[in-house]
Amino acid sequence: MPTSFIQPEFKVKIDYDKCHKCGRCVQQCGWGVYNFNERPIPDDAKCRACHRCVTYCPAHCISIEKNQLAYRDNDNWSPAARKAVWRQAETGGVLLTSMGNPLPYTRIFDHLVLDACQVTNPSIDPLREPMELRTFIGHKPDSVGVESDGQGGFRLAEGEGMKNNLKLDTPILFSPMSYGSVSLNVHKSLAMAAQRLGTFMNTGEGGLHADLYPYQDNVIVQVASGRFGVNPDYLNRGAAIEIKIGQGAKPGIGGHLPGEKINKEVSGTRMIPQGTDAISPAPHHDIYSIEDLRQLIYALKEASGYKPVGVKIAAVHNVAAIASGIVRAGADYVYLDGFKGGTGAAPQVIRDHIGIPIEIAIAAVDQRLRDEGIRNWASVIAAGSIRSSADVAKAIALGADAVAIGSASLMALGCHLCQSCHTGSCSWGITTQKPELTRRIDPEWGAEQLTNLVHAWSHELQEILGALGVNAVESLRGSRERLRSIGLDEQMNKVLGVKPAGM
Amino acid sequence: MPRQMAPGVTEGYLKVAPTVVRDGDTATIDATGIYYRQLNEAIRGAIAEGATRVVLNNVNGQRYIGTGVKAKGVTIEVHGTAGNDMAMFMDGPTIEVFGAAQDGVGNTMNAGKVIVHGDAGDVLGYGMRGGAVYVKGDVGYRVGIHMKAYESLIPIMVCGGNARDFFGEYMAGGILVLLGMNTQFAEQPLVGSFVGAGMHGGVIYLRGTVESWQCGKEVGITEATEEDMAALKPTLADYCDAQGMDLAEVLSVPFTKLAPFSHRPYGKMYAPM
Repeated sequence: MPTSFIQPEFKVKIDYDKCHKCGRCVQQCGWGVYNFNERPIPDDAKCRACHRCVTYCPAHCISIEKNQLAYRDNDNWSPAARKAVWRQAETGGVLLTSMGNPLPYTRIFDHLVLDACQVTNPSIDPLREPMELRTFIGHKPDSVGVESDGQGGFRLAEGEGMKNNLKLDTPILFSPMSYGSVSLNVHKSLAMAAQRLGTFMNTGEGGLHADLYPYQDNVIVQVASGRFGVNPDYLNRGAAIEIKIGQGAKPGIGGHLPGEKINKEVSGTRMIPQGTDAISPAPHHDIYSIEDLRQLIYALKEASGYKPVGVKIAAVHNVAAIASGIVRAGADYVYLDGFKGGTGAAPQVIRDHIGIPIEIAIAAVDQRLRDEGIRNWASVIAAGSIRSSADVAKAIALGADAVAIGSASLMALGCHLCQSCHTGSCSWGITTQKPELTRRIDPEWGAEQLTNLVHAWSHELQEILGALGVNAVESLRGSRERLRSIGLDEQMNKVLGVKPAGM
Repeated sequence: MPRQMAPGVTEGYLKVAPTVVRDGDTATIDATGIYYRQLNEAIRGAIAEGATRVVLNNVNGQRYIGTGVKAKGVTIEVHGTAGNDMAMFMDGPTIEVFGAAQDGVGNTMNAGKVIVHGDAGDVLGYGMRGGAVYVKGDVGYRVGIHMKAYESLIPIMVCGGNARDFFGEYMAGGILVLLGMNTQFAEQPLVGSFVGAGMHGGVIYLRGTVESWQCGKEVGITEATEEDMAALKPTLADYCDAQGMDLAEVLSVPFTKLAPFSHRPYGKMYAPM
C-alpha cells in the first residue's frame, strides 16, 4: 500500500549552478523541507510555499512551483476535494486548517465602487486641507446638550455620553489574535504599533503578557469562553474589554490550542498548566440568552470601573437581530467578523461553509439598528478579510464605524498566507512558539512594518474622502448613497442598500 | 427610548447610595431596595477606606456582590439572598451568605472563599481558577464547568446537597465535591446527567454512587481510595467547620471518584492539512 495517495502540492526547484551551497534554506525552513548533503536536497512533500527560503536565498536560485499533476477533468470533484477524501480516509480525522476561507465565493467588496465629486461640488485635496479620520468607538448620547460657557458663548454640555468612548486616530484596529496562537514578538509588534498609531490591538483569548503592560492603554482585553488569563488585574489593565462569542472563521465552535503550544510563557499568561490542551468551550456556559449576556457585560463593567465592553460575534444568518440584542444588552460596540476572517486553526469544513460575508453583515446590522433607533447606542467594528484601504472605505460606507485587520497585519510581518498556522512551525516566526523561529521577528521592526501599513491605508482613505468631497470619515459612515454596485443582482442590492451603477 | 431610566426606580431598585454605618473595622450597609451599582460602590468604598468586615443587611437579589474585588483579609457578610454573579472575578475576600445565592457564584473566581448557608443556583464556579466555594444545600445545573488549576491556585467547590446536569463539565483542574446530604430532593438522584463530560483535568468526588450512563465518556469512575480520602479530608473538615456539620457523618458513606482518562481528550481528533 502507498503511505498516502496525496502527492506533494508544490515542487521545490533549485538551480544548482547558481546555488552557493550555503545551507541558508536548510536553516530558514520551519517545515524541515531541506536535507543537506553537499548541497540542499528538498523534500517536496513538506513544502508549504511560504517562500521563507526563496526570500532568504542569497543566490536567488530557489523557485517553488505548483506540482502540475494532471487530474482527470471533473468540475465536481476538484483535486482539493479528492485530496480531502484521501486525507480523511487515511486518518479518520477532522480536517484542520488555518487562515481565512479560500473558496471562490463572490467577493462583494470587489463588486462595489465608490463615488467622486465632479464639477458640481468640489473635491478636497487632503494634502493641503484638514481631513479627519478620528473615530470614537462606544455609546453616543441620544441628544446633544448645550450650555453657556460663562462668556456669552455656548459649548457642548458635559454628559455621560462620550466619556466612555475609545478614541482612535484612524478607523483601523488590529483584530484579536491570542498569545499562543501568535508569538510574543508578534503581540509586542502589534502593541507598539497600536500605541504609535493611536489605535488598539486586542489580546484575543490568551491573557496579557507582562511585556505588554507598557502599552495597556492601547490594548483591548478579551474574555472568551475559556476565561484564560482573566482576573481583576487583567480586566483593569485593558482600555476596553471584549466578550468573544464567535469568530468569522469558525462560527459556533470553540477553540483548541494544542498542548504543544503551551510552553512556560504561554502557560503563565493563560494561567493554565504547561502542556495541557487549552480548550475554549463552544459557548460561554454562563451565557445562554441575551439576558445572560447583559449580566456578563455588566459584571465586566462592575469589575473594571465601567470600562467600555464590546461583544464580538461571527456574521451569521440572523446577525441583525443578534446585534440588536447585543446593543440592547448594553454593549458599547459590536464586532462583526465575516466568514472570510482568518484563524490560527479551524476545522476546514467550518471555515469554508459557515457564516456570511462581512459586507452583508455590516449592511444588515447598520440598517436594523437604524430602523430600531438605537444605532447611536453602540459602534460597529467590521472585520473578516479587509484587504485594502478601499475595503476600509466600502465597509465604512456600508455602515461600519471602524474595521479590524488580522490577516493583513500578519502579512505586514511576513505572512505569506500558506495556511499552516495550526502546525506551529511558521517559518516566518509568526504563528509559532519555537524560540528559534519566534526570534525571527524583531518587535521594533514589526511595529514599523505595521505602522507603515496603517499609515499608508490611512493616507489612501484620506484621498478617497477627498475625492468624495467630504472632510471627515464621519461623513462617509453609513453613507451608502456614495456606493454603487456592479454585477450584483437586485436582491443583493436590496440587502446591501446600494443602487446599481448608472442609477 | 433612553437606554437607562431616569433616576427613580430601576428594575425594582432605587439608584441611591445606601446608608453605611461604620463601627471600628466593620461597615454595615442597609441594602434595602438599593440598586446593585450603588450597593457595590458602597462595598468597594468601605473596603477602600479600610473596613475589613462589611455587613450587608436586607440583601434581596442584588447582583455582583464582591465582583472584581481584589483585597486580602476582608470579609463580606450577606444577610438575605445574594443575586447573580456574586464573587465573580473575586481575588481574595471571604463572602459568607446567611441565606441562599442565585446563579453564577464564584464565576471565574481567582482567590478567596465563599460560604453559602443555603442553596445556590446554576453555573457556579464557571472557569474558576482558585479559592473555595462551600454551598450548604442544593445546587442547580452547570456547576463547576471548566474549573481549572494553575500552579498554587487550585479551586475547590463543595456542595452539600444534590446537583443537576453538567456537573463538572469541561473540568480542567481543581476539586469538585458533591455530598447529597442537605437536600430538598432526597428522593431524586444525587446528580443529573453529563457529569464530567469533556473533563480533562482535576477531580470530582461524589458522596455515594453514580451510574456510568450519567457520566461523560471522558471520565473514569472508581471508588475513592484511602489515599484519596486522606487527601480530601482537610477540605471536608474545612467545609464542615464553615457549615457547622459533623465530619464523621460526612465520611460515613463511601465516596466515588471521577477522574479524566486523558489530559488531552481531543488530541487525536484532527487531521492537519
